[in-house]
Amino acid sequence: MSALVVENLEKTYASGVHALHGISFVVKEGDFFALLGPNGAGKSTTIGIITSLVNKTGGKVRVFGHDLDTDLRNVKKQIGLVPQEFNFNIFETVMQVVVNQAGYYGVPTKIAKERAEWYLKKLGLWDKRNTPTRMLSGGMKRRLMIVRALLHEPRLLILDEPTAGVDIELRRSMWDFLREMNQQGTTIILTTHYLEEAEYLCRNIAIIDHGELIKNTNMRSLLDSLHTETFVLYLQEPLLDMPVLEDFTAHLIDHKTLSVDLSVGQQLNHLFELLSRQGVQVVRMRNKANRLEELFLRLTTKENHHAG
Amino acid sequence: MLDRVNYVAFITILNKEITRFLRIWPQTLLPPVISMTLYFLIFGKLIGSQISDMSGFSYMQYIAPGLVMMSVVTNAYSNVASSFFGTKFQRNIDEMLIAPVSNLVILVGFVMGGILRGLMIGLLVILIALFFTKLHVYNLFIILSVALLSSLLFSLAGFTNGLMANKFDDVMIIPTFVITPLTYLGGVFYSIHLLSPFWQELSKLNPVLYMVNAFRYGILGLSDVNIMVAMVMIIVFIVALFILNLALMQRGYGLRS
Repeated sequence: MSALVVENLEKTYASGVHALHGISFVVKEGDFFALLGPNGAGKSTTIGIITSLVNKTGGKVRVFGHDLDTDLRNVKKQIGLVPQEFNFNIFETVMQVVVNQAGYYGVPTKIAKERAEWYLKKLGLWDKRNTPTRMLSGGMKRRLMIVRALLHEPRLLILDEPTAGVDIELRRSMWDFLREMNQQGTTIILTTHYLEEAEYLCRNIAIIDHGELIKNTNMRSLLDSLHTETFVLYLQEPLLDMPVLEDFTAHLIDHKTLSVDLSVGQQLNHLFELLSRQGVQVVRMRNKANRLEELFLRLTTKENHHAG
Repeated sequence: MLDRVNYVAFITILNKEITRFLRIWPQTLLPPVISMTLYFLIFGKLIGSQISDMSGFSYMQYIAPGLVMMSVVTNAYSNVASSFFGTKFQRNIDEMLIAPVSNLVILVGFVMGGILRGLMIGLLVILIALFFTKLHVYNLFIILSVALLSSLLFSLAGFTNGLMANKFDDVMIIPTFVITPLTYLGGVFYSIHLLSPFWQELSKLNPVLYMVNAFRYGILGLSDVNIMVAMVMIIVFIVALFILNLALMQRGYGLRS
């Protein structure tokens, strides 16, 4: 079954801004789906329409078979939303925020408190349960937004930049938590500016730019379509001259750091063999850039050129 | 019929509203108590002692029902207007809009909060009035129904204001330039029979006049207007505002892009 079907979605704001130009995509049940695009691409408008915060101009949206136009109430029951901006009441405590949100979905207080205890402990917020939300750090607020969205146990969780401004350690722990939620059956749609986050978590991806869908495929085939990868090699000894590397394109970043481009079909083993023959020892190696980031830039830049 | 989701959502909104105005009681409950005490002291005791009886009642007794009603309507109004606008401004209204709770339940939840604050203030002002004068109970049914309907009417008006407001100034303008003049000119401190015929007729366009007089009738048995007309006027305004608010919410006015 499809968790979400979006068909020819159109949105023109009262100001005349045409935010979406008939985009279509499908998110399968159980998927971890990335919805990416540069700022102003139409991601938040798409999410706004799915969650009924924005009125669409045209098109269809179905969530687990329920139509947004004719069965809105059942659509709403399926969805949990983690919005981009903090929008909880700053005068309420952590517990009040999550229990109230559950109440709007008809979850009685007793059950809501039991669930809140589990989720707040899981995300390290239990000790802050009686703290007014305005006293929380940025990372705690982000986690609170996730807990708030989960209290009614939605089948589809939509995360609009859930880790913005969160340090890497906390981001990793949030990734683990989201993976666990996904493994337990929750379908997740993620928008993010951290492309390694999308690469690490998501199986399928849609890229929107200027209100149009420019790519909709699975993560693996998208990454496979990247023909060149750049590796940075850290060397044991400083080099005076550039080693001879036959078909590899390489340049020295400094005397102990070498940058090498690998095209499809070229092997790292062969590169190391060449280096070894010339007495060059590699102590460490890393990808120069996030591969998805490269693709993303390539796709959106290409679209910009077309638009221009 | 209210289903389980909407019932729990209604209790949640109401509980949230009550918690809000009790949490900030120095802003919500204390100011009307202090200002009404000053009204009773200055207008009722000091100035009122120089004024002759009004239809057989002391001036203090005459103004007490009007002061109670003035507190009820202004507090019911400002509670809903500021709470709903605050919720909208912080965007935590989205919590309700994305949930399967009906617009009717959101409206009734906020309005009930306003009614409860209005009635609570009304009770406190009655207790203060009893320190200064004796109050009769001429018709308990009229007292209770007018207090309830007036707080309902002004809570609905506050909701309309909160819904339409785009900035905090918009929430302050109506109480300052509309509600306050209407209450002061609504027969709280005088009988409209003291006015010339033209001003008497003009006063009858003021909805607050009907509430003040109906409430005064319930306590003292005195009124400048026909009680049935007063009750009908209040109910007509309630129905009109209720329909307006619900229609605006259905359209997503001020809430959805």
